[in-house]
Amino acid sequence: MSAEPILRLENVSKRFADFFALSEINLEIQEGEFLTIVGPSGSGKTTLIRILVGIEELTEGKIWLRNTRIEQLPANLRPTCMVFQSLALFPHRSVGENIEFPLKLRKQDPKRRRARANELLDLLHLPQSFYEKRIQECSGGERQRVALARALAFDPEIIFFDEPLSALDFRLRKDLEKELKDLHQRTGKTFVYITHSLEEAMIMSDRIAIMRRGRFEQIAVADEIYARPVSRFVAEFMGEVNLFDVEGTATGGLKGDGVEIYINAGDSGHLLNLSAGMRGVLVVRPETVRFMYPGETADFIVKGVLRAEYALGSRTQYKVEAQNGDELAVEKLREDRFLGQVGDQVMLGWNVEHTHMITEG
Amino acid sequence: MERQDRRIGFLSAAPIGLILLVSFLAPLLVIGIFSVMPQKVFSLLNIPDFSSYKLVFTKGYSKSLLWSFGMAMTSTGILFVICWPLAFGMAKVFKSFSLVITIAVVVTLFVSENIRLFGWVLTLMKGGLIEGHLRTWTGFTFEGALYNVPVIVFGLVYAYFPFMLFPLVQGIAMVPDDARQAASDLGASRWQVFREIDLPLSAPGIVIGGLLSFVLAAGAMAESKLLGGQTVIVIADEIETAFTYGQNWPLGSALSIILILIIGSLSVFGVSRVNLDLIMGGKRS
Repeated sequence: MSAEPILRLENVSKRFADFFALSEINLEIQEGEFLTIVGPSGSGKTTLIRILVGIEELTEGKIWLRNTRIEQLPANLRPTCMVFQSLALFPHRSVGENIEFPLKLRKQDPKRRRARANELLDLLHLPQSFYEKRIQECSGGERQRVALARALAFDPEIIFFDEPLSALDFRLRKDLEKELKDLHQRTGKTFVYITHSLEEAMIMSDRIAIMRRGRFEQIAVADEIYARPVSRFVAEFMGEVNLFDVEGTATGGLKGDGVEIYINAGDSGHLLNLSAGMRGVLVVRPETVRFMYPGETADFIVKGVLRAEYALGSRTQYKVEAQNGDELAVEKLREDRFLGQVGDQVMLGWNVEHTHMITEG
Repeated sequence: MERQDRRIGFLSAAPIGLILLVSFLAPLLVIGIFSVMPQKVFSLLNIPDFSSYKLVFTKGYSKSLLWSFGMAMTSTGILFVICWPLAFGMAKVFKSFSLVITIAVVVTLFVSENIRLFGWVLTLMKGGLIEGHLRTWTGFTFEGALYNVPVIVFGLVYAYFPFMLFPLVQGIAMVPDDARQAASDLGASRWQVFREIDLPLSAPGIVIGGLLSFVLAAGAMAESKLLGGQTVIVIADEIETAFTYGQNWPLGSALSIILILIIGSLSVFGVSRVNLDLIMGGKRS
């Protein structure tokens, strides 16, 4: 990654009447990066991407593409393009004409256009006979590839994706996710992808930006976001998680509701360092929690009753009701599955290295 | 089951279908036969000759035809140009305000076309609304704006405005917004979006609007009579004259047949070029 970002956003805001769809967004996107913006619907991610390609106007802020301010440029003058959620293929044109569209606009010679379209068909694993095919005759996955080929034909600096895979069935989506990642590596282009599916984001991206209510909550590599979320929202958004409210004690330790804590100020490390009276949330992923058998010890222990067991194929998920009524999730690989039964009294434990703390002040 | 449904459907549609067919075909047939009768007869029981057609091509009726089609084409072209922006606004921009425009345009149709044209005569004539006021206020005078070809074209544009506007609105409403946005995102200027996306995707609406206003204008007579004061004689006028003053039904029939043939083939050609199912609510599959 080069030091100079390819795209830089400075305090970008978008207001609809008295509602802020985006509030003072700052973001730097590196050249050649695969950045995914994830957020629930209504978080402003689609608005953001539409502003970045120029289909919508921002209310305030600046956007730099390399060293050029582009926020006032109309979409057709920006060297970026977008793959729409609907794909927005032109129904009155053949597959080939769709792909060639940006080249035709540039008045490129028809022979060269056609050669380029065929190259792109190859790149996207579509047979060249598709050139003449009508869009209406293409399947969902094929249309997806045509839309991608059309975007690549434009040869943009950045390609934006507005949840293009959301309408496809599961298997096809999985295949295309991998293909997209592969395509990103082969073309070396900068990809900015938005989705509400975290899994999609994790599989494909270099970095993930979590968006909520028109702001970024956290921007980091997938693993960092998973292991060290900065907020309760991010922790919960990144899949199944167990959260415990805790408070720092006068002796430098921790106390929490429904969880027994067997660590001292000394061995908790700075990670769990809460001064007296400060509140925090412990983040514990279900796969790091284990069932304790007599004689074992752990830094954190919760006692409860096993309430349910779900087989997920390679993994098994358990719901445990803690003594204080909270529900906990535990996930084990199939070969490590718990040998007890629903209704059993169980003891759950995990260690400090698998625990992340969000301080809430 | 389906076959029986179809039979019942067919049977119940048969009476009205028959009436429609007869009432559409019978006059056409009568006119067709009259057009090959000898001059100035009032019976179909004569030896056919093609004297009427000969007359049409030798007596300068082609000039009237050309005037009719020329003015129809001009007014259709003008209508397209002035209706497009309004139709675009109604289909894509104005939202509920479109209804106000729709009602305003439809209300004009409640008054007979002739009466509205007389209104224009009173407005444009010497001593009328415009010239009269101008003369009173400034002393300046002119000959009024009536009795020329441009005012006839203006009349056609005015009279057939709704027939272009509403099909265009329908047509433009069918253009998906994201296709327009995608085109622009891929580098298309406004003009290129219009040419590459709007125009082809709203083609059904354009064809219907164009055909309606062209066909109506080509057969129109009131505009040239009232506003044009018969500066030029249009084909519909010739047909009327042949049937009435001229007492020459075969000639009128021959003129009608020629008009029907030209307009009919234009319509068939136009309609065959676009998928009309789309505008009737069918889906682009």
